[in-house]
Amino acid sequence: MMQWWEDKDMNKTKTIALYGILSSLALILSYVETQIPAFIAIPGMKLGLTNIVVLVALYHVDEKAALIINFVRIIIVALLFGTALSFAFSLAGGLLSGLVMILMKKTDRFGVMGVSTVGALTHNIGQILVAMIALNTRAIAWYLPVLWITGIITGLIIGFIGAMVIKKLPAV
Amino acid sequence: MKKKILTKNDIFLVLGLLAVFALILLILHFTASPGKEVVVSVDGKEISSYPLSEDGTYLIKGAGGGTNLLVIESGSARLTEASCPDHLCVHMGSINKAGESIICLPNKVIVEIRSSLGEDTDYDAVVGG
Repeated sequence: MMQWWEDKDMNKTKTIALYGILSSLALILSYVETQIPAFIAIPGMKLGLTNIVVLVALYHVDEKAALIINFVRIIIVALLFGTALSFAFSLAGGLLSGLVMILMKKTDRFGVMGVSTVGALTHNIGQILVAMIALNTRAIAWYLPVLWITGIITGLIIGFIGAMVIKKLPAV
Repeated sequence: MKKKILTKNDIFLVLGLLAVFALILLILHFTASPGKEVVVSVDGKEISSYPLSEDGTYLIKGAGGGTNLLVIESGSARLTEASCPDHLCVHMGSINKAGESIICLPNKVIVEIRSSLGEDTDYDAVVGG
C-alpha cells in the first residue's frame, strides 16, 4: 500500500511549501540588506545575502528551484521596494549570476565558495553593464575595480555561510 | 553526493580573479589622464560642460524634476546636494581625473571628467560663482 508521503500530490505540496519558505527567506534577506548602510556608497555594491538562499536551493534542492526562487525574489522585491529601473538592473544581475552559478556547479570542479564568488562577481558586473547601457555611458566603468574586489570578498563570505547552512540541513 | 566547500580549483579561481583585478587597476592607472572639463549628462544626453579650472556652482535639473548641485572648486568636481532619497552621489566625494564620474541613478544624472575641451553649451543655471 502506498504511504501518504509517496503520494504525488503530497510531493507537490511539499515542493510548494519548500519553495515558499525559501522565497520568503530570500525576500527577508533582501530587505535586511537595504538596511545596512555600509554598502550604500557605490551603485551595484551589495552583500548579496539573498545568494545564501539561492545557494541553498541550488545545492540542497536542485537547479530549477534555484532559478525559480531567484526569479520570484527579484520580482517581489522590485514590486515591494523597487522601481522599474531597479527591477531591470536586479533582473540582469540576478538572472545572469544564477545561470552562471548553475553552470559552474554542473562542471563539478568547484566548491560552494568558488561558485558563490563567481555568482557575486557576475551579479555586480551584470548590474553595471545594464546601467551602462540604460544610461548610455561608459563612465560607470570606473567602478569596476571596487565592484570586482568586493564581488570576490562577498562571494567568498556568502559562499562560506551558505555551505555551513547546507551542511546543517537535513535531507529534503 | 558530498558537497565540497572549498576545493583547489576554487583557490586557483580566486587567485586568477585577483590577478585580473590587478590587471584592471593597471589598465585604468595607465590610461588615466588629467581632466580638463566637467561634463553633465541627464538621461544619456549631454546637457552642459564646464572647465575644471574655473570654480563654480551649478544646479543640475535631472529626470523627473530631481535636482543635483554641482560644485567645481580647486580643480575638482563634486555634488553637494541632491534631491534623490539615497544621496549616494553626494557621498561619492570629488573627482578630477578623466573618465571618473559621479552618478545619481534616481535623477539619471552623470557628472564626468573629460580630458579634452568640447563645445560650449548653455548652462542650465548658474548659482553663485
